[in-house]
Amino acid sequence: MAEPADDVLRAPHFLDYTYTRSVGPVIGAFLGALREGRILGVRGTAGRVVVPPTEYDPITSEATGELVEVGPGGVVTTWAWAEHPQPDQPLDRPFAWALITLDGANTALLHVVDAGSANAMASGMRVQPRFRPEDDRRGHLLDIECFVPEGAS
Amino acid sequence: MSEIVSILETPIHIDYHFTAGLAQSRFLKGIAEGRFLGQRCPVCGKVYVPPRGSCPTDGVPTTDEVELSNTGTVTTYCVVNVPFQGQSIEIPYICAQILLDGANLAFMGLIQEVPADQVRMGMRVEAVWVPPAELGPTMASVKHFRPNGEPDAEYETFKEYL
Repeated sequence: MAEPADDVLRAPHFLDYTYTRSVGPVIGAFLGALREGRILGVRGTAGRVVVPPTEYDPITSEATGELVEVGPGGVVTTWAWAEHPQPDQPLDRPFAWALITLDGANTALLHVVDAGSANAMASGMRVQPRFRPEDDRRGHLLDIECFVPEGAS
Repeated sequence: MSEIVSILETPIHIDYHFTAGLAQSRFLKGIAEGRFLGQRCPVCGKVYVPPRGSCPTDGVPTTDEVELSNTGTVTTYCVVNVPFQGQSIEIPYICAQILLDGANLAFMGLIQEVPADQVRMGMRVEAVWVPPAELGPTMASVKHFRPNGEPDAEYETFKEYL
């Protein structure tokens, strides 16, 4: 970025939005299960399993039904490589944003894959979650630190 | 069944660098000297304060600098009675559009030293600045505006600036 001329003023300007939201019974159960190292979906219309779970089927708007455990492994359906991670992104090293269809699910979950390099990424590849240590989990999507290629530690 | 989570914190932090540009930098440096500096359009003659460096009507650079008066007129106002997080002024307070004498653009300012139920459209006000040692290139240099005791301005003189 070009530096402005000397006679132009420049100053830092920070905005903070300290949002706190209530999540409802379905997302609440999903987040609670993450804290235990499990991933939940919900059964929607025609038996489709929606992950992350929603209170209403995203296609038919009908109320969804029982919560079901999915994964932990899954398949990358599509991905984008982030070569220069930003400070508040999930990983501090290059990673992939990926849509991941977990085993037993009919929809994809957006998360990150710690694959080392873009060459290690492919649509259709299998991945598995790497959960944070139990003490670090807080009922949040990032209780899954990231996904890693299946077979990697 | 695991324990259900009911509340999620989702803070958003946005980290900007604000670059004021040439016209606003001139304006803010004037503020640091306790002066209001505007710019006049060479085509329509309107004086903009704070200036943006061009005339929105004629699309030409505003090159003439104009020093404006310390006094102006309340064109319209709002009495704030609702508390909110981060509020730095005790309620009720008055937020007004102020048209400085000689300007053709009103800007927002705080009105104080008058009960909230006595502020009115057309009220004549003057800027109250922070002490000279505390002046800086920020609108915080203008503490507030207060009534200057002059008779109210006629509606016709500010009706274009509501």
